[in-house]
Amino acid sequence: MRNVLPILTIVLAILAIWYASAIALNAPWAYDKAKRANIELSATDLVRDTWSQKKPKLPVPHQVASEIWDTTGAMVLSGRGFSKRSLIYHSWVTFSATILGFALGTVLGTLLAVGIVYNRTMDLSVMPWVITSQTVPIIAIAPMIIVVLNAVGISGLLPKAMISMYLSFFPVVVGMVKGLRSPDAMQLDQMRTWNASAAQTFWRLRLPSSMPYLFASLKVGIAASLVGAIVGELPTGAVAGLGARLLAGSYYGQTVQIWSALLTAAALAALMVGVIGLIQRVTLKRMGMA
Amino acid sequence: MSDIVISAKDLGLTFQTGDGPIHALKDVNLDVRQGDFVSFIGPSGCGKTTFLRVMADLEQPTAGTITVNGTSPEEARRARAYGYVFQAAGLYPWRTIGGNIRLPLEIMGYSRDEQARRTADVLELVELGGFEKKYPWQLSGGMQQRASIARALAFDADLLLMDEPFGALDEIVRDHLNEQLLKLWDRTGKTICFVTHSIPEAVYLSTRIVVMSPRPGRIADVIESPLPRERPLDIRDSREFIEIAHRVRDGLRAGHGDD
Repeated sequence: MRNVLPILTIVLAILAIWYASAIALNAPWAYDKAKRANIELSATDLVRDTWSQKKPKLPVPHQVASEIWDTTGAMVLSGRGFSKRSLIYHSWVTFSATILGFALGTVLGTLLAVGIVYNRTMDLSVMPWVITSQTVPIIAIAPMIIVVLNAVGISGLLPKAMISMYLSFFPVVVGMVKGLRSPDAMQLDQMRTWNASAAQTFWRLRLPSSMPYLFASLKVGIAASLVGAIVGELPTGAVAGLGARLLAGSYYGQTVQIWSALLTAAALAALMVGVIGLIQRVTLKRMGMA
Repeated sequence: MSDIVISAKDLGLTFQTGDGPIHALKDVNLDVRQGDFVSFIGPSGCGKTTFLRVMADLEQPTAGTITVNGTSPEEARRARAYGYVFQAAGLYPWRTIGGNIRLPLEIMGYSRDEQARRTADVLELVELGGFEKKYPWQLSGGMQQRASIARALAFDADLLLMDEPFGALDEIVRDHLNEQLLKLWDRTGKTICFVTHSIPEAVYLSTRIVVMSPRPGRIADVIESPLPRERPLDIRDSREFIEIAHRVRDGLRAGHGDD
């Protein structure tokens, strides 16, 4: 419990800076309104106004919190938890694309890593392309993937998942190449003395040895996958998902809605990384590697 | 002769490095007979481990010939003719002791019943009965090394190649394991090639001691031990033991004088 105090201090500091910044950023609009209404703003009036504007430049935490509550808990209580205005619904849309893309990315990344480790030609030729793929801005590629897949009749979940996959396979390739190469010379010699086949060496030695590396990659990969899903939602015409909420919010200047979608995305990412961390702890402990 | 297990003739191995060639082995001639316990002793860089690795087909000689069981080392390896014990136990942390010993048996395609039977047998042989379900981290270093010997014994190869298996263990544990290894050798009648840098260990264990010297790695002396097969630990205080140890030490010193 010694950790609670420092964490709490940081949270309070962030909240203080946030509220103070809101006053500074939202003050011009407050003065503007006051001027047109010909009234003089006292300091308390100013603070009250900047913390409660409808479309503030920077909404304050309690505005965001109440927006999140209105679009999640409150809607659940009124039995509309999965309506199209609920953040739970939008989170679910983004989450499903994230998980599908993450699964595809993990499979693709692992397959590429196996190829790179076992095939010298792939070792020399694939890695530069893998790295190049990540230097292209995802925001530039995303619309093209959506358009191309739409042209061949694929729409909905899969195009978004493809963009998630595009971002999440990279850390898996890098981590798994390192992980599959982590057995030392002695362990490989030992397999050789038993005249083990390449497949036996892979399943019994290389793959289990790579698990710590895999989990480290998965944590990075799932966060990247969420970013991919959100970016993928931007050019889909903003129908549903956290990305759609962000886009709609920015069209109509609904900053409170933008911030609530942002914080929900952050919470979703933290939750997913946490779950992987938990699986990692349990798995590695059972494998005697933690 | 059919009871020759390993036969090396004019064996040489040269590593090409950036600083020029390194002669790890040069003109090595040696026959190892069935049932021998041969120790290879010498300072680091004398090629004793390299020689063992050539027998195991883990290194390729660049000169001369070597046969294992009358065939090439590669054929012997493919026929799983030897068990190799490395300096580190190298047990997989995600497998139990039993699982680690089953590993080579799984690879070699033994049936499940056979795997279970052999695992139980070799665990008994290295006095680790009852530890089958334990994980490596639950065992001491000495017990781990015993488990790794059991793993090398599990598929019942007649030849055991051991590369400083007790090098990382303390004196008392090492004495105990040496004693056990001798008993095991006596009971199973295996041929053992054993690399070490400890003179007492070499003299205590071996029927023959091969003294090697470095740069280039070669055999300086081969000593036939007059000690009986039955060797209690206190044989190390006997006159014969001390005489052999002297001869080994002289051989090592002569090798060192060359550089």
